[in-house]
Amino acid sequence: MSIVFWILSFLTVLGGLAAVTLRNTVHCALALTVAFAGLGMLYLQLDAQFAGFAQILVYIGAVAILVVFAILLTRGSDTPKDGIFSRTWFAGTAIAAAVFAVLGWAVIESVDALPHETAAPAVTVNQIGNALLGRYVLPLEIVALLLTAALVGAVMVAMHEKGESK
Amino acid sequence: MTPLGGYLLVAALLFAIGLGGALTRRNAILVLIGIELMLNAANLNLIAFWRYGPHPEALTGMMFAVFAIAVAAAEAAVGLGLVISIYRHARTTDLDEMNRMKG
Repeated sequence: MSIVFWILSFLTVLGGLAAVTLRNTVHCALALTVAFAGLGMLYLQLDAQFAGFAQILVYIGAVAILVVFAILLTRGSDTPKDGIFSRTWFAGTAIAAAVFAVLGWAVIESVDALPHETAAPAVTVNQIGNALLGRYVLPLEIVALLLTAALVGAVMVAMHEKGESK
Repeated sequence: MTPLGGYLLVAALLFAIGLGGALTRRNAILVLIGIELMLNAANLNLIAFWRYGPHPEALTGMMFAVFAIAVAAAEAAVGLGLVISIYRHARTTDLDEMNRMKG
């Protein structure tokens, strides 16, 4: 296990933890960006350059900006007077802890069966492009359709209703 | 600890953090942030298994992760559009106050 992996995982987990616990919603969005960047660098560490750069482009470039826009459009940065956690926070935390306990137990129990260090796969963008337009062309087209539908749907949902004041 | 085990543990921790955030926060946008974290944790698992799996040249795990990123982007756009629409209607994004199905 390299030191870079531990630094990046620490950064990612810290960013994720801050994103769900900070009081100010804008700070949460910034912490979320840190977590996304850490994940992108973990992908690069895993020799998945294409996925790493896609992660940085899509998540930091689009999703984080979209979250900030939504926060600013909804006055979400105001801290609510009766706390940031819902009434059922204890049950939620317990469920999350139980899920982590089960997942962590499963990983640690099976760690002997997991494959060890292997040679880095030599995957070029050329191969990825060929796979996308060859073997995976149908999923690619479906994703294109889905993105178009989501774009139109998001605009329709967020559009002002007719006859609405303001 | 093998490298794959480390990545799986980090992904499990990130998934639990996202789940905890989605289940405990009051603000609808923060719930969406928690869901995004869970999707990202699953992606980290896919990429790690692709990297240490027996046939990385088949690109299966990487493609799955890239498609999951695209679907997550669509989900974020529609989800945040819904939050803005609900905010315009109810003047709040507090999920504890959204307890009616009738407008």
